This record gives sequence, C-alpha cells and structure tokens, in this order.
Amino acid sequence: MGYKIVVLAKQVPDTRNVGKDAMTPEGTVNRAALPAIFNPEDLNALEQALQIKDRFPDSTVSVLTMGPARAAEVIREAMYRGADGGYLLSDRAFAGADTLATSYALSTAIKKIGDFDIIICGRQAIDGDTAQVGPQVAEKLGLTQITYAEKVEKIEGKRITVKRHIDGGVETVEGPLPIVITVNGSADACRPRNARRVQKYKYALTPSEAKDANNAPKYPELLKSRSYLNITEWGVADVDGDVNQCGLSGSPTKVKTVQNIVFQAKESKTFTDSDADIESLIVDLLDNKIIG
Amino acid sequence: MANFFQDTPELKHHLSHPLMRRIVELKERNYADKDKFDYAPQDFDDAMDNYHRVLEIVGEICGDVIAPNAEGVDHEGPKCENGRVTYASGTAVNLEATRKAGLMGMSMPRRFGGLNFPVVPYIMAADMVSRADAGFENLWGLQDCAETLYEFGNEDQKQRFLTRVCAGETMSMDLTEPDAGSDLQSVMLKATYSEADGCWLLNGVKRFITNGDSDIHLVLARSEEGTHDGRGLSMFIYDKRQGGVNVRRIENKMGIKGSPTCELVYKNAKAELCGDRRLGLIKYVMALMNGARLGIAAQGVGLSQAAYNEALAYAKDRQQFGKAIIEFPAVQELLATMKAKLDATRALLYETARFVDVYKALDDIAKERKLEPEERQEQKTFARLADAFTPLSKLMGSEYANQNAYDCIQVHGGSGFMKDYTCERLYRDARITSIYEGTSQLQTVAAIRYVTTNVYLNKIREYEAIPTAPEYDNLKNTLKDMADKLGMVVNQVVESKNQDFLDLVARRMVEIAAHTIMGHLLIQDATKNPELFAKSANVYVRYAEAEVEKAVTFIRKFREEYLADYKQA
Repeated sequence: MGYKIVVLAKQVPDTRNVGKDAMTPEGTVNRAALPAIFNPEDLNALEQALQIKDRFPDSTVSVLTMGPARAAEVIREAMYRGADGGYLLSDRAFAGADTLATSYALSTAIKKIGDFDIIICGRQAIDGDTAQVGPQVAEKLGLTQITYAEKVEKIEGKRITVKRHIDGGVETVEGPLPIVITVNGSADACRPRNARRVQKYKYALTPSEAKDANNAPKYPELLKSRSYLNITEWGVADVDGDVNQCGLSGSPTKVKTVQNIVFQAKESKTFTDSDADIESLIVDLLDNKIIG
Repeated sequence: MANFFQDTPELKHHLSHPLMRRIVELKERNYADKDKFDYAPQDFDDAMDNYHRVLEIVGEICGDVIAPNAEGVDHEGPKCENGRVTYASGTAVNLEATRKAGLMGMSMPRRFGGLNFPVVPYIMAADMVSRADAGFENLWGLQDCAETLYEFGNEDQKQRFLTRVCAGETMSMDLTEPDAGSDLQSVMLKATYSEADGCWLLNGVKRFITNGDSDIHLVLARSEEGTHDGRGLSMFIYDKRQGGVNVRRIENKMGIKGSPTCELVYKNAKAELCGDRRLGLIKYVMALMNGARLGIAAQGVGLSQAAYNEALAYAKDRQQFGKAIIEFPAVQELLATMKAKLDATRALLYETARFVDVYKALDDIAKERKLEPEERQEQKTFARLADAFTPLSKLMGSEYANQNAYDCIQVHGGSGFMKDYTCERLYRDARITSIYEGTSQLQTVAAIRYVTTNVYLNKIREYEAIPTAPEYDNLKNTLKDMADKLGMVVNQVVESKNQDFLDLVARRMVEIAAHTIMGHLLIQDATKNPELFAKSANVYVRYAEAEVEKAVTFIRKFREEYLADYKQA
C-alpha cells in the first residue's frame, strides 16, 4: 500500500538573515545578496510527506517547483532528504506571477502529473508571506484542503487524519483523499540530507542544465544510464497552460510602489505613573489608532 | 545556523593533502564500486567531492543539532533503570539525526551499507562532532569498533553485524574490569563454551564501559581456564538481542556526562567468538585501541577548537579599562598560543590519519590479492609510522585540549568559573581525554621505543628536506636545532643503560619529538596556506623551542643518583 504525494516547494531568497544590502536603491529585493534557499515551511511539508513514505514504503514523494533554471536545486535538495524525484516548471511565460497565476500554473502541472493522493506544501513562503498558493491550488483542483497542519496522524484507505495548529491549541480533522494540505512551521523539522542519497543524486539535472554550455555535466554518460538523474522540466505548452493566465499577464496583483520605511523616534513624551498621565497616554494611543 | 565544516577552513586544507590521491585510489580499489553501487565515486575528484558534501552534512548537524543540545545533555544526563540505559533527550535527538543522515558505518565497505570513507574524512567528522559535544562523540565514535569486527570477524559475522551498524545501531568495547584498567592482562570475565547452547557463555563484571547498553558489544574475556595473562584472553561479540547483560549502575562523572559509563553484569550471556582464541588482547584489542586512540586525538582537537572559539568570542566582546580585552598583549598571547596548539595538534592528527589510511587500505587489499613487493614495503613503512604517530597524536591532542580549556576559562576570568558559560563544560569534558584509551603516561610507554630507535628523528630529517617558503627558513633552522638536541639527549639516556632514568624522562623526550614534528607540519601548512597558518607556525615554533629547552635542561643536568629523590615513602 502506498500513496502518491506531490510536495509543492519554492526556492526563496533567505530573508531571515537580511543584511544592509538586502534591498536595491530602487526598493526591490536584491536577490544577489540573499542566498537562495528551500522555503522553510516547504521543508516541514516535505518531512510530513517522507513520514508518510516511512509508514507506507510503497509511496512516492515527488517535488513540484516553479522557477528559473536554478530552482532545480530545490528538487535535488529534496532528493538528498528522501524525495524520489521532481518536476521543474520553468518558462519565461511563468515569470512575474502573483499567487493567482502561480496556483494556476501549479494546478496545470498537477493535472499533468495526474495520479496523486496528497498535495502537500508549506503554509507560506518567506518572501511573499501570503499563505494563498496552497488554498488556491486546492480550489482550482476542486479538492478538500487542510491548512496549518502540524502532523499527518494517520491514513486509512482514502481517509486522512491531520492535527492542525489553531489559535490557542490544536484541532484534529479528517478528510478524504485526494487532498491538499498546507503545513505550519511548528511541524516536525525536516530530516537532514542523507550521505548516501547526496552521493547518489548529486548529478541529477534538468534537460536545460544538462545542455548548459557554461556548466557542462561532468559525467554526461550517467544521465543516460541512470534515469533517476533526469529531472522533469515542463514549460507552459507541456502542461497545456493558458499563457494569459500565467505569469505577469495572469496576475491581477500589481505592485504600485515599493517604499523603504525606516522607523525612527522623532519626538518623545514623558509620562509619570499618575492616573492623569496614564489616561492622557491612552487617549493619545487611541487618537493615533495604535490601539482601538 | 552554523556549519562547522564551512566555518573552519583549516579542515578543507587538511582534506586537500596530496597524499589523499593515493589513499583514495587504494580505498576505492581504482573506483571498482562505481558500477556496483549508485553512490560510489567515478574517480578521484568525484570521491573528494563526496567527502566535501558529506562533511558539509556533518558540519550542519553539528552546528544546528548537536552543539545546541550539548548544554541540555550535560545537565540531564542518561538514566539507568531496570538494567537498561535511557539517553538524555538531546542525545536521542542527536543519534536520530546522525542515523537519518547516514553517518554510521562511515568507513565500512559499501556491501555492508557503509560509505567506504577513508580514515581522514571520518576523523574530520569526529573532530567536528567533538567540537559540538565531546560526550556525544563517544557514542557516535564507537562505530570505530566496526573496524575491528571488519578486520577480524568472519564473513557471516560481518554480514549480520556490520549491516546493523551501518543502519545506525550503536557499539561498545567491553574491556575494563574493576581489577583490570590499564593492565588488561588481568581481565577475569569468564567465557565458557556450552555444548548444550552451541555458543559461548559470558559471566562476570565489566566496569567503566562507555555506552555499555549498546546494541552490539565487543567483549574481552578469559576463554582459557587456568591462564592468568593476556594469552588466555579472546574477543567475543555479544548481541543485545540475545540478552544476559544488565547495566548495574552508571557512573556519576565530572565530564562527558551525556555518555553513559556503565557497570555491566554478565549472567550466562550468549556470545560468539570473534577471530581466533587467545588473540583477543594481543592482537584484536591492540588494533581496537589504536583506532580508539586516534578517535580521542580527534576529540582533543575538537575540544581545543571549541575552547579557542569560546575564548576568542569572549575576548572580543568583553570590555575592561575602556577596551575589549583582546586588545591586551597578555590576552593576545593566551589566544595565539591556544590557536597554535590547536593547529599543531590538528596537523599531527591528520598526518597520523593519513599514515593509518595507507597501511589499512593495503592491509585490506592483501586479503584479496598478494601485494606487490613495493606495496608490501609501502604497507610496512606506513604501518610503522602509524604506530609511532598514533600515541603521539593522542598524547598531544589530549594534553593541549586540557591546556586550551584551562586557558579558555582564564580568558573568561571570574565569569568562566560560573556555570553560565560553555567553557566550564569544555574544561570538565577535556579532562578525561588524557586518561582514557591509555593515560598520557601509557602513550609515552607506547611512543618511547620510536624515540630510542630514531623513527621520529628519521621522519623529522625527511621533513627537513621538504621545501618550504623562504620566510620560514629561520623557523626551520630552529627545528633542526631541536632535532639535534633530541638526538643528543636520547644518546645520553640510552648510553646510561639505566631503565629507571629512561622511564623518568621518557615523557620529556617524547614531547621534544612531538614539538619538532608539529613545528615542521605547521611550516608546511603555512607554506601552502599562509593566511590560515603563518601566525600559528611562528607562534608554535617559538613556543616549542622554549619547551624543548626546558626539557633538555632537565635531562642534561639529571644525574642518576637523583632518581632516589623521586621515590616517595
């Protein structure tokens, strides 16, 4: 008995360790200054997928990611930790996507994959922090969704039981397969890369990477003799996507301006602990809409 | 978010030594595994790339899991209930992480599920693990025992046990008994062959057994009734699944508190013989101990690194008299000497590991085919060097770990004496390294024959012939002078033909050899990588010169009649 699991993962700039040069003078993210990493909550999702595979060894765990050629690194990273393989969705037409266009593109790829029981992803990515993509994918595929998951408790036949994180506690819910699950950062941390798997999968490449003249594969014959080293790569046409719903043209969200806000104290007020002073402070805060 | 491999460029330097090409070629049998195993390397560069990638995993687990858990493990410690040991919760997490990362059985052949790594990258992992938590290194590092099982067990035993070690089961070596510590010839644990059970039965008590509740034990026991010396001892494999061994208690120790040190009671414990009868101590335990000593040398180096890092960070941070204390020459000397001792013992550690690698790989090849004459010569040369350098590396690695932990507290001042800082744990953890797997005094016993037979001196003369950068010519002359002095005092002591005199000054002579060897290794390192090692080479050779002078003065002025002054009533 096994389940077909697709993990949605995103390569993101590491916004957790932001230095002075993190933003360009124009107010956009300076991607060169921030290392590209596996979105942290997607790693929590991968761990849940791998735990299902631990329980049901016939399961397969595939990673689906959308991004430029270098996003294949996310797929390799997942393979080092236990995923069986992956799909890179990469096309100029996908570029500049907001959450709506992203979830559209991902859902077309999932339809193309076709045979799946569980779609699982992180709650949100640390670059956009929207938490919209998972739920939108579920909507587009017409599937049940469980958000803020902390643990897949059990799967019996076509029913899955999931503990989810809610305000002030946890809630255990049950749903039917196929299903979309988004995983919270409070779930189990992802297992480390495995020494044998790193050595086995380090030469896994997408077709574009294999053709890259500037960075030719070191052992091209391995790509022929070891099929698992070939990472699937799809463009818009491969997933029968509607170009108008992809990328910038499919994104109703428009960024008007980006502003750098630097918080600084311009003036200060001193209050004593008298009732009158405290009341005047509260009135000030209410007036400024800081509390209300 | 620290990575102990990435943040210590000295490690990559030692991994890139030219001898690695020969080591990897031997270990990989010219890359014969590449078509049999999907994770075997294609060639030398591919193998080196594998070592780097796997050591990055080790470095990440050390930085993100093991080091952050160390304080909690130190406080919580393991528990013993109903004859079984439960690890501290942090230890269990550490073990799970290293298992999932596939870091058990690193040096075992792939056919058992191992990584087939040479000793050098394995020891490098031990170096990092020890920096993260020296107590955890004891548990993780006991995978070393697999090496002995691999060398001397039969094929069936290897298939059954080594696969389990590679999958993450832990090991222990049950040697010490209440009346047999350094003197293992006195081991009394009784092994009797039971015709009824078709196996050996073990009865008796073992003491001070690190990780004594492990899954697979190597046990030294007396199989030959009526014997009283080492020739009556054999080595046995005890599988915990068989039952018959209980933990009576665990020791309350000063340091490495996460590592359970057990007293074991054997009651008709079923066991199987490993190798031949009567060779338990004289052959197998000697091999086991050599591996373990290199592991302790790595533990010392890792602790030295941790001590240096803690001291450096504190010295930069701590302000006194209006400036950071790192600005004061007295503190600078402490820190520079710590770094020099760290770099010196690390250089010695990897030099030793390379010697072990070459001879062990050739030993292993000799089981498959007859060695060519030049290979036999190579095997002999490197085996001798490994035997000579292992006690030296253990002696200096452990002693400098203690000195660096002491100086680390000194840099911290009063705060270092409080339980709030990591340095007090390092100080406690370091203390055992110069005691177990043979005290410093016993390392001296193992090393002194290579002093008196000029094995060290001949190697030092070879080092003198290795070209180094001209800016180190002065240091090299100083080192030549130190070697001359070593030759001189050795002659004086040997010519006296007084064994007590030799024994009394042996440690000093061994240390003169060690200082000189480490000095040479550092100027070689500094020649290749001045940014990393120039300061340490300068600081260490100056330090060593003065230390050698001290030892030489003691020996030269010593008269045999002084021996009486050292005998206490």
